[in-house]
Amino acid sequence: MLPLALPAASDDQFQGPTIGEFFPDVILFAGTPFEMNRIMIIRIVVLLAIVIIFSIGTYRMKLVPGRFQGLIEILLGYPRRVGEELLGEKDGKKFLPLLTTIFFLVLGMNITGIVPGMNIAGTSVIGLPIVLAVISYVTFIGAGLKKHPGTFIKNSLVPPGVPLPLAPLIAIIEFFSTFVLRPVTLTLRLTMNMVVGHLLLVLFFTATSFFFGLLGNGNPLGLLGAGTLLFGFAFSVFEILVAILQAYVFTLLTAVYTQLALAEEH
Amino acid sequence: MLTTVIRAAEGGHETINPLLPATPDLIWGAVVFVVLFIFFWKIVLPRVTKTLDERRDAIEGGIERAEIAQAEASAARESYQAQLADARGEAGRIREQARVDGDKIIAEKKEQASAEAARILAAAQAQIEAERLAAQTSLRTEVGSLALDLASGVVGEALGDDKKATALVDRFLADLEASEAAGKAGK
Repeated sequence: MLPLALPAASDDQFQGPTIGEFFPDVILFAGTPFEMNRIMIIRIVVLLAIVIIFSIGTYRMKLVPGRFQGLIEILLGYPRRVGEELLGEKDGKKFLPLLTTIFFLVLGMNITGIVPGMNIAGTSVIGLPIVLAVISYVTFIGAGLKKHPGTFIKNSLVPPGVPLPLAPLIAIIEFFSTFVLRPVTLTLRLTMNMVVGHLLLVLFFTATSFFFGLLGNGNPLGLLGAGTLLFGFAFSVFEILVAILQAYVFTLLTAVYTQLALAEEH
Repeated sequence: MLTTVIRAAEGGHETINPLLPATPDLIWGAVVFVVLFIFFWKIVLPRVTKTLDERRDAIEGGIERAEIAQAEASAARESYQAQLADARGEAGRIREQARVDGDKIIAEKKEQASAEAARILAAAQAQIEAERLAAQTSLRTEVGSLALDLASGVVGEALGDDKKATALVDRFLADLEASEAAGKAGK
């Protein structure tokens, strides 16, 4: 599937993947703000898959769960535990829908990067990570403002106990790290992990294709293709780990930022 | 890595900057998020929470129900034992009462009986005494007249109405009685 999505590589000249990978041709609703390319369609497919899996998994839940319900409960337990451990039982419950959504949305969108036939993560174009980062940003600032109206911004910028002469400097640093870097890093960490993962996989598999082409022409250098194929396989497995890890990290950081905002010293 | 990507973007597709989101990208990202958020918030998590609560109720409730049942059982046993003790006490009291009543009744009856006996005895003695007195009186009269009649016959004279004779008889009888009394006392 992957080689089909690539610009055709000529036999004698290897052409690596480009950023164009992430901007495939528009398929639906061309010219409107709702135009869909392959990646947008993958997002919708993932959305439907998540809705179907969790609808079935939580339909007529039993007190003594079967295997599928048990699996669904275990999956739903991860964001629940993150929330409860960081935010406590009450706030954990309050932010549970958000944390659950972020976790499964990111996980589902990430995992398509190694799903055969899709082969690209729904989070590998920056729009969705931006949306999620903005929601995380608004959530933790909103939580802080609601819990500590009037003092949240001040204490976020100048933590209590900072000597007065240092206050302006600290305020600038804190402003930058809390209100600028947090959403930016959330966005970029996720997007770039997926972009790089995809580029690596494409590189390995196109190289494999290229080397095997050489081998077909009798060039012994083509044997390198076995190595690149092996690497491609290894990195596919690695990408599963990255997909889960990034979903967990995004959820965890959202919870951590919210917890810091709620627990702001006063 | 970031710079590589940017360079790649600049090199291959100069119009595309992967750090700037396209409008459809943002829109579909937001749509997917909103739908999924509502789905988890309104459908999945309430179902899961309900199930978890029910499960906890089933476990804790089972323990609680067992404790309640045990408490009820021991309360029932205590009340049963208390009732049993009450009943035993009641029976004992009734038995005691009955015994006391019985004793009282027997004593009363005995008393009544002895009183009756005493009364009957007294009445009999009185009657005997009265009869004895009556007999004595009539005997005394009859003996007197008999003696007088006998004496008249013996002396041939009517002594009947003579005051002296009557006094003599009386004195004789008194002496007789005195000697009788003396004889009784002597015995």
